[in-house]
Amino acid sequence: MARAVSTRRKTVFTILAWLVGLAIFFPILWTILTSFKTEAEAVASPPSLFRFDWTLENYAEVNQRSDYFRHFLNSVIISFGSTILGLLIAIPAAWSMAFVPGKRTKDVLMWMLSTKMLPPVGVLIPIYLIFRDTGLLDSRTGLVIVLTLINLPIIVWMLYTYFKEIPGEILEAARMDGASLRDEILYVLTPMAVPGIASTLLLNVILAWNEAFWTLNLTAAKAAPLTAFIASYSSPEGLFYAKLSAASTMAIAPILILGWFSQKQLVRGLTFGAVK
Amino acid sequence: MATEHSKTAARFMISPAVLLLLGWMIVPLAMTIYFSFLSYNLLSPGTEKFIGFLNYEFFLTDPAFIEAMINTFLLVGGVLLITVIGGIAVALLVDQPIWGQGIVRILIIAPFFIMPTVSALVWKNMFMNPVNGLFAHAAKLIGLPPFDFLSQAPLMSIILIVSWQWLPFSALILITALQSLDQEQLEAAEMDGAGAVSRFVYIVLPHLARAITVVILIQTIFLLSVFAEILVTTNGGPGNASTNITYLVYAQSLLQFDVGGGSAGGIVAVILANIVAIFLMRMIGKNLET
Amino acid sequence: MGSISLKQVTKNFGVTEVIPPLDLEIENGEFVVFVGPSGCGKSTLLRLIAGLEDVTSGVVAIDGNDATRLPPAKRGLAMVFQSYALYPHMSVRKNIAFPLKMAGLDAAERDRRVNAAASVLNLTDYLDRRPGQLSGGQRQRVAIGRAIVREPGAFLFDEPLSNLDAALRVNMRLEISELHQNLKTTMIYVTHDQVEAMTMADKIVVLNAGRIEQVGSPMELYRNPRNLFVAGFIGSPKMNFITGAEAESRGAATVGVRPEHFSLSDGGGAWTGNVGVAEHLGSDTFVHVHVDGIGTLTVRTEGDNNLRYGDAVSLTPNADRIYRFDGEGRAVS
Repeated sequence: MARAVSTRRKTVFTILAWLVGLAIFFPILWTILTSFKTEAEAVASPPSLFRFDWTLENYAEVNQRSDYFRHFLNSVIISFGSTILGLLIAIPAAWSMAFVPGKRTKDVLMWMLSTKMLPPVGVLIPIYLIFRDTGLLDSRTGLVIVLTLINLPIIVWMLYTYFKEIPGEILEAARMDGASLRDEILYVLTPMAVPGIASTLLLNVILAWNEAFWTLNLTAAKAAPLTAFIASYSSPEGLFYAKLSAASTMAIAPILILGWFSQKQLVRGLTFGAVK
Repeated sequence: MATEHSKTAARFMISPAVLLLLGWMIVPLAMTIYFSFLSYNLLSPGTEKFIGFLNYEFFLTDPAFIEAMINTFLLVGGVLLITVIGGIAVALLVDQPIWGQGIVRILIIAPFFIMPTVSALVWKNMFMNPVNGLFAHAAKLIGLPPFDFLSQAPLMSIILIVSWQWLPFSALILITALQSLDQEQLEAAEMDGAGAVSRFVYIVLPHLARAITVVILIQTIFLLSVFAEILVTTNGGPGNASTNITYLVYAQSLLQFDVGGGSAGGIVAVILANIVAIFLMRMIGKNLET
Repeated sequence: MGSISLKQVTKNFGVTEVIPPLDLEIENGEFVVFVGPSGCGKSTLLRLIAGLEDVTSGVVAIDGNDATRLPPAKRGLAMVFQSYALYPHMSVRKNIAFPLKMAGLDAAERDRRVNAAASVLNLTDYLDRRPGQLSGGQRQRVAIGRAIVREPGAFLFDEPLSNLDAALRVNMRLEISELHQNLKTTMIYVTHDQVEAMTMADKIVVLNAGRIEQVGSPMELYRNPRNLFVAGFIGSPKMNFITGAEAESRGAATVGVRPEHFSLSDGGGAWTGNVGVAEHLGSDTFVHVHVDGIGTLTVRTEGDNNLRYGDAVSLTPNADRIYRFDGEGRAVS
């Protein structure tokens, strides 16, 4: 609306919106703040918001435990590995569905999406047993395979929507200009699709990083990513709030930052086009 | 666009994805179905035998199953209620002209990107803990005894935690849908004499209807499989008070090592999810026409 | 070098027959226009010639060689798309050079040809810009440039002017015609605009629902339309059609008279009626006259005319410009 909004109205709503936003964000804020407190401070009553002795000792201690870094590395390898593998499989598939659609293309796409709706418990046992018998249990490779498969539908879907936005005529022009299929994909399609591929990569790395079913059930000490590592803090002994906060902050920080940039991709990727 | 030449290439290029997903769907699922007809326990391997539908009978008549079903519906329903109503409210609020809209959006989106185990632990320890949690501190401040959330209201607590995580998703979807609402429609309604409430009920809400349906359906699919939050906070307890179907099957399969029973449970969960998925597919299918 | 021949070519999409068996000969160096209403199959026909769609049956021959199974890249044709289809991530220079790169020419040769094409099309100042930074007309020229450098046997144009505003369209029409005079290469041009067809073509192919209604030079089609469809399609404003008693008394089921073939008088003409709308263009006036028992007739007269709504007027068609059509819509002499 081009009408001027009264400043008073704007102020009221601004205050309200900020209150709601801060309330929702508060648990995260609290965690970050607690990570800078001493353990004693962390459980002090009454708790203080900003006025305490800030310290980095928790971060130092968590980092010193060499297994934190290992779990962090596991998260990185598993989430990037599965997403990149997914992209390699999905790009050709999305190309064919977007540019050479057949009668069944829509059905195939829908079917692919439907595989994402399979409840993981339905296949937990066989996967567990297969992994156990092939030595893939508690291995990064095994996890990469599983996460690739569960995210593949979303990767294909997102690439499909991005490819569809590329005018088919441009690829036809390339063909008329003498480009082979390989030339077409290399020189014309990929450069134009780079933003779309980047967005897909972003969202799926986030989804894989946060995945908390297979990463919890298929890993133990060796291949556990951060999701499982943090879960091991759930037993009641060792109520080290400050250290938990430090470990949590480090675990969530990269994804939080990436996530803030991927809001549009989130809508596109997870509502399957039903909302624009 | 489609010539013989490119059609063959297309078929070739789509096959890895299709074959992999086909394998992913069929092989493990077939195995689960197979196991569900056996009495098979990992603690006593080699003693498997075919017992027909007995596993299903045991699973479905187990009182734990009924409780898990109820908990599942309560969990999904509760979270949906909070996130849809909350999402609409937040979306309407953020859509108003305010200063710093970008930052408010960032604050609201954040919980969705926190891994479930971190969320659950933060809530469990730093908020809901009856001794050291912030809620306990707040209670003491007003003179009330602290409430042990996770023991006394385990399912409610989990609903709270999961809602916190999913509210951003719902809000984001609804904000996006709101922003696609043609301002001119609202202006026309105003000229026709509609007040703010009428405009909301007759124009905004119907426009959002599609987005709300999508939010409900997509969230339901994911909410049926809530797992990490339960594992890390209550382990399904006390008793089965916060066990949902997913956790029940997990417990039977990997804690009790009852492969047969767990498989039957897994199939039941699949059937449940399929019913929801059918509705979701119809909705998406309509959209793919555009 | 650029002769194209279609023999019994058909095209089905699924079970729908979009183009029934069709024959067409295009001579080297001709400017041929495919014209017809939306959905008549003209773009499809162009794409069949280009190789972007496969024919369902029939033969497409280029310079006497069977090209039916050849992919587009190997047919030696160049196409200018309706949306220009420029590569958005490449500069103008790279856009024009792309086909040469695909053909394996070395950088020096590529540069030479690109510069030559750019100077012919007045694009030299824009070579390092991206398509997004160009106007519609400039983009069109880049698209043409990309086609020219390939030195193809024939140019294929798919409604290239529809995305331009009216003034620009007139200019580009002239430029394309001049290009044809200079290069003397075969050009096949698809449009729904019969003005473009009339002004640019050596030969017009009028299409309707996948069928060729008539092939001929612009003036042939204007003077001797073979049927109702062609008569009503060529010429603007449309030819007036009269049915009923007035037609039968002249020995036909339908009689057609072009707006420019009437003489106006105050009375004593063949038909008398009242003026409805009079459109004054300055150079001409188009008067729409309501005649009882016949309907509305459109008449062209000189620009200085003062006829207004409600005036009575009398019309007489030129006797040798009355077209007669039988019950099936075919022209009879």
